[in-house]
Amino acid sequence: MSDHQLRVSKIPRGTVIDHIRAGQALNVLAILGIDGLGGETVSIGMNVPSDRMGHKDIVKVEGRELSQDEVDVLSLIAPEATINIIREYEVVEKQYLERPERVVGVLSCPNHNCITNADEPVETKFEVLDDGVRCEYCETIVREDIAAHIAVE
Amino acid sequence: MRDDHLLTAKQLSREDVEEVLDRAAEFDADPSAFGDRHEDAILGLCFFEPSTRTKMSFETAIKRLGGDSVDMGTVESSSVKKGESLADTARVIAGYADALVLRHPSQGAAKMVGEFVDVPLLNAGDGAGHHPTQTLLDLYTIRENAGLDDITIGIMGDLKYGRTVHSLAHALTNFDADQHFISPESLKLPRSVRYDLHEEGANVREHTELDEILPALDVLYVTRIQRERFPDENEYQEIAGEYGIDLETLEPAKEDLTVMHPLPRVDEIAPEVDDTDYATYFEQAHNGVPVRMALLDQMLEADR
Ligand SMILES: [Zn+2]
Repeated sequence: MSDHQLRVSKIPRGTVIDHIRAGQALNVLAILGIDGLGGETVSIGMNVPSDRMGHKDIVKVEGRELSQDEVDVLSLIAPEATINIIREYEVVEKQYLERPERVVGVLSCPNHNCITNADEPVETKFEVLDDGVRCEYCETIVREDIAAHIAVE
Repeated sequence: MRDDHLLTAKQLSREDVEEVLDRAAEFDADPSAFGDRHEDAILGLCFFEPSTRTKMSFETAIKRLGGDSVDMGTVESSSVKKGESLADTARVIAGYADALVLRHPSQGAAKMVGEFVDVPLLNAGDGAGHHPTQTLLDLYTIRENAGLDDITIGIMGDLKYGRTVHSLAHALTNFDADQHFISPESLKLPRSVRYDLHEEGANVREHTELDEILPALDVLYVTRIQRERFPDENEYQEIAGEYGIDLETLEPAKEDLTVMHPLPRVDEIAPEVDDTDYATYFEQAHNGVPVRMALLDQMLEADR
C-alpha cells in the first residue's frame, strides 16, 4: 500500500483493488461491468511499480463495494489481488481472494453449441479447476484467457 | 435436481451398470413376458434432432413393458419452430408423461432440462456431449462377447465429436479395461474427456494407426467419421479410407475379436466383415431394446 497507491488519489468511500497482475485492470473493470456509463468515478493505475510484483495495476471505484460473485471471478483472473474496502478515506477491511468452487452467471461459455448460449432461461455455471474453469453444462474446459469469457452486460 | 435422471455415463458406478445389465439380460431372455409391468406408464419422447432408431427402440421398450409413448413430432411441426424455449417445451411434455427421453443438438441440453422437469429424464444424446443409454447397450454387448474386465479395447474414428465414444470411455473407467484411442490428429479426444479419464486414473493410450495396436485388442469399437467435419472432400476421403476396416485389415487381429459400431455405418466397415464372427454391430443394435427396458423399468419403479 502507501507510496504507490498515492499515484492515484485517495477516495472517500468505495473499493480499491490492488495488486492486480499488470495488464489486467481493464478486465477487472469488465468483470465489474464498469464501462463509464454507470456514473461511478473510477481511477486506474497501470504498470505501477510494485516491490512484490515488479509491476501491478490498481483500480479504485468510488461509492461501490464488490459483490461475492464479482470477487469470485476476480480471483480467477487476478488471484494475487487484494481488495480494500474504504470508508472515510480509511481501509476498513482488506480481503485476500480465495478461489471459489464455482462461478455462476458471470462467464459465458465459449462453446457455441452449449445450451447456455441458446437463449434458454439458465445462468452459466463453471466449476473452478486448478488451472482453469469448466462449463457445468457442456463440460468445455477453459484454461487460457478466462477474462475474454466474462459476460459483460 | 432429481438424482434419478440419467444424464451422463459419468454418473454410473460399476454397481449401477451391473444392475441395469443384469436386468436387461432378464428382459432379453423373454422380451414379451413383461407386458403388464408398467401398464399405465406414458413415456414422453422429445427428439429435437431426428433419430429414427433411438426413438423406435425407446418406443419398443416402453410398449414391451406395457406402457405407451407420446411424441412431440418433428421440430418443424412443433411450437419450437415458433421460438418456444426448450425449457418450456420440456416442462409442458413432462406434465403429460411419467418419464421423458430427450435428444437435442446442443451440449448440456439434458442437464438443463433436468433442472426444470419433475419426472425422470433420460438423455438420448446432447450434441457432442453424452449418450448414456447407448453406452449401456454398448457395455451389455461387450459383457456378452468379451466380458467387462481384463480386456483391451480399441476405440477408433471420430473421437472428437463422437458422443458415444465419450460416454463409453467414461463408463469403462469402472472396469479393468485398457483403452486405446485411434484417430487422425484432427479428431482426437477433446480436452474435457481426457481430463476426466486422467482424473479417473484410467489406463488410456492414443494412436494414429490401428495396426500398432490391433493384434492386442479384444474389442474394436469403430465410429463414423462425418463428412461434414471436413471442409475439403479430398481430405475426408483420405482419412475415412484410413480409418475403415475390411477383411484384410483384420488379418492380424485375435480370432475372437469383437467388432462393434453404434450404427449407422457408411463405409467404415466393409460389408464382407458382416458374415464373420467378428461382426457384433447388429447384435449391439438389437440390445438397445432390452437395455432401455431395464432403464425405464428402473426409473418408473423408483418413481412409483
Ligand atoms: Zn458450455
